[in-house]
Amino acid sequence: MSSISNWLTSSIGKKFIMALTGLLLILFLVVHLINNLFLFIGPDLFNENVARLDAIKPLIRVVEVILAILFIYHAYNALTLWWNNKKANPDKYAVNGSKENSTLYSRWMVITGTIILIFLFVHLSTLWATYNFGMEGSEEFYDVIRNLFSNPLWALFYFVIMILLGFHMNHAFQSAFQTMGWNHKKYFPLVQKTGTAIAVIFTIGFGSIPIYFFLLSLGGKG
Amino acid sequence: MSEQTLNLTLKIWRQETPSAKGYFEEFKVAISPDASILEVLDILNNDLEKEGKRPVAFESDCREGICGTCGIVINGHPHGPIPKQATCQLHMRNFQDGETIYLEPFRAKAFPIIKDLIIDRSAFDKIQQAGAFISFNAGSAPDANEIPIPKEVASLALDAAECIGCGACVATCKNSSAMLFVGAKVSQFALLPQGQPERYQRVQEMVAVMDEAGFGSCTNTYACEAECPKGISVTNIARMNRDYLVSKMTTKS
Repeated sequence: MSSISNWLTSSIGKKFIMALTGLLLILFLVVHLINNLFLFIGPDLFNENVARLDAIKPLIRVVEVILAILFIYHAYNALTLWWNNKKANPDKYAVNGSKENSTLYSRWMVITGTIILIFLFVHLSTLWATYNFGMEGSEEFYDVIRNLFSNPLWALFYFVIMILLGFHMNHAFQSAFQTMGWNHKKYFPLVQKTGTAIAVIFTIGFGSIPIYFFLLSLGGKG
Repeated sequence: MSEQTLNLTLKIWRQETPSAKGYFEEFKVAISPDASILEVLDILNNDLEKEGKRPVAFESDCREGICGTCGIVINGHPHGPIPKQATCQLHMRNFQDGETIYLEPFRAKAFPIIKDLIIDRSAFDKIQQAGAFISFNAGSAPDANEIPIPKEVASLALDAAECIGCGACVATCKNSSAMLFVGAKVSQFALLPQGQPERYQRVQEMVAVMDEAGFGSCTNTYACEAECPKGISVTNIARMNRDYLVSKMTTKS
């Protein structure tokens, strides 16, 4: 057991956990996005779909626990890495050349990640809590979303976070491959492009929802 | 030889002892564009000594870009703003008349400052001693040629072996991570047949010493590759990660 914990607490081991949990969380977001896109088809199909998930609640609960563990481990590991890295580099340069030698996405990972974590708590306490405990028997899940995003502040907040999520993804996907050791000039450019594509799809896919419902609210009942 | 002289303002980090508080001291110099940055410091030091002042402490050895001794952070870039060259190869023609140039030591907790621009890189020696060798008799050059090695593999190994251990990767990394250095040292053996018997033991032992020495961990910003005077590729870090993962899954330790 000690050799496994030695591995997972080593610098490369911690990075491995970041990569593994990160890739699994991307997988979750793909499923989440597919479910969300039902919103564009209309209230009936979306409500039906949520009700279908509601019907297998025990299974969903298991998945939720796994997701919670993934998120917490990903965030906890990131913050310990960040703290150790800060300690390893306490003195800053008077002139910093980082803009010329690295991307903003890569340097901002801990910032975008922390904002996404805070967003996650807000998101859970608004939509997830309402869906799970605040519906009072109603199955009008679609209306909950529509009401939330008719408020321009909520719509803007969600939209901005989705841009930051894109920033995070753009670096994260290829970074996970590099950490796992899957970097070869033959396929790595494709990995990088895939990461950017995921970032764009997530930002447009998730980010269009608050915009859509806000615009819908401007046009009265839609 | 060009005729004109450059008037430059140098802001140089001065620090008397490892524990003393450092500060920037400003110097005005008029210098030939053909001088290297180290020659500028030589000339400046001659003048300082004549005036009875303490010269600027800096390190250099070969002055032809192969020993890795002369690392200085120049305007925010280890070894200066020109890619793929060491500090000693940086000439003043790359700067404009009237420019201000900041000279700072490599900064990392694992590389304590000894004096002014000189840092203690013995952490790298400790990592090297932990596994960057072959502990059996690998024979002489003719013996090595007995083993066929594909050209592509030999080139990758030699690319990794180009690392001069200067520490620019650590200096530029926002986490002061040594993974480009260790990745290169692990790779040059991992790629060749002579390195195979100790391949997985080596990566574990070198990474353990790297972690102990207080270097940070890699967040894949790839700043190290951009600043490396030898252009060492971050695919060497990926190889180290891969070997470390395999070693942890296939060995007892």
